[in-house]
Amino acid sequence: MLIRTVADIKPSQITPEHVYRSRRRFMRETLALAGAGVALPATALPAAWLAERAVRPAAPLYETMTSESDATSYNNFYEFGTDKGDPAAHAHEMTIDPWTVEVSGEVAKPGKIGLEDMLAGIDLEERIYRLRCVEAWSMVIPWIGFPVKKVLDKFEPTGNAKYVMFETLHRPSEMRGQRSLFSSIDWPYVEGLRLDEANHPLAIFAVGMYGKLLPKQNGAPIRLVVPWKYGFKSIKSIVSIRLTEARPVNTWNDLQPREYGFYANVNPSVDHPRWSQARERRFPTTLFRPNWIPTRMFNGYDEVAGLYAGMDLSRYY
Amino acid sequence: MPGSGLGPDPADELVRTLGTWGLRILLLTLAVSPASRVLRQPRLVRFRRMVGLWAFTYIVLHFIAYLAVLAGFELATIAADVVKRPYITVGFSALLMLIPLAVTSTRGWQRRLGRRWRMLHRLVYPAAVAAWTHLMWLSKGGFMDPFVYGAILILLFGERVAARFRRARRSPSR
Repeated sequence: MLIRTVADIKPSQITPEHVYRSRRRFMRETLALAGAGVALPATALPAAWLAERAVRPAAPLYETMTSESDATSYNNFYEFGTDKGDPAAHAHEMTIDPWTVEVSGEVAKPGKIGLEDMLAGIDLEERIYRLRCVEAWSMVIPWIGFPVKKVLDKFEPTGNAKYVMFETLHRPSEMRGQRSLFSSIDWPYVEGLRLDEANHPLAIFAVGMYGKLLPKQNGAPIRLVVPWKYGFKSIKSIVSIRLTEARPVNTWNDLQPREYGFYANVNPSVDHPRWSQARERRFPTTLFRPNWIPTRMFNGYDEVAGLYAGMDLSRYY
Repeated sequence: MPGSGLGPDPADELVRTLGTWGLRILLLTLAVSPASRVLRQPRLVRFRRMVGLWAFTYIVLHFIAYLAVLAGFELATIAADVVKRPYITVGFSALLMLIPLAVTSTRGWQRRLGRRWRMLHRLVYPAAVAAWTHLMWLSKGGFMDPFVYGAILILLFGERVAARFRRARRSPSR
């Protein structure tokens, strides 16, 4: 399958020019600031850049950035509870320092590796992406991260590697949702991508958002962001990356196979059995303006269509 | 919406809150008769109509909120929802079952219907089961709420069965 080169990818379909220009300056400044590109300062990123970015572009409401407070207080992270406010309330109980990621399976160089070592030499960039939840709401979030491929390449996937399986931290002592008797989830949370999907330049690992380190409720210290798929594919707080030949079984697919598939590409013409996927509510919403907008195929990221050429996407939902 | 206390997704939160309280008050309505028996306070039953009408009010507001702020009064969307989405179908059917009960809750209707009034008002049982099913079917992954409300519902039904059983045993000996 043809993998598109970086040159084919527009800076971002929704980032206005003055913003992505400033983003480039941000990258330069951050990198200068952060040396190896990992030691992202916890609080202060370049103030000038932040001030500039805080000026919201004159885009239609539905394509403006979602506020940081919405994106950090309205989360699905069932490890901390099933209410949208639970992650923000309880994620502080998770310790993320030190953090190691185990890379295993079909790779030439498997092993457990500290996050800092894993990210050494990798440049950070800001990506402003739409995030479309399978529950029919969506946000626009400025992530800070880097392509998944850059990490995978370090471990040299073998010729047998066809899929990538990711796992979230499983630590019931710090994740109260994992202790809940009423959860039907078989922990740890598992997600997966086809290797060519993971290698697509739009698929990133994020370590920050809104110019800061990733908050715990958003999946600190490292999470996946796959903007053309429903949000549940973008697994949080990753501790394991496994290259496999067989397709991994992802958590929601395992739980309710009729409702959640492996691919989970955003697709307005394939309804969830319990609700329509034709529209979405874009944050910010207000009581009298639910801000419904039409959902777009691949969440508007048409450049990934080539990954699915010839596939019946109503069958492989 | 800042200051509303409804959080980042006020429309969904409003619909959810009204629905949750509708179900809670409906369970409270079903608890009145058992409570009057267990506590031997027959006068409690006087409050049953009022509590039931509050439950109905919350459930109607829940439905109106869904129509207004979530569905935006788009009739095509609403019709498709009611037909295609089982959890909405079952929730809507609970509402439909409660309408005749609210209408006939007055003393006048009680008198006019006589024995049939009691029969009619047994509709509250399937309505409660439908309301619970509505919650169960829209839950995703976490099942604490459906479990707790389901347990309460079983308890309230169980007490009724037990009470009926006691009456049946007592009456032949009289």
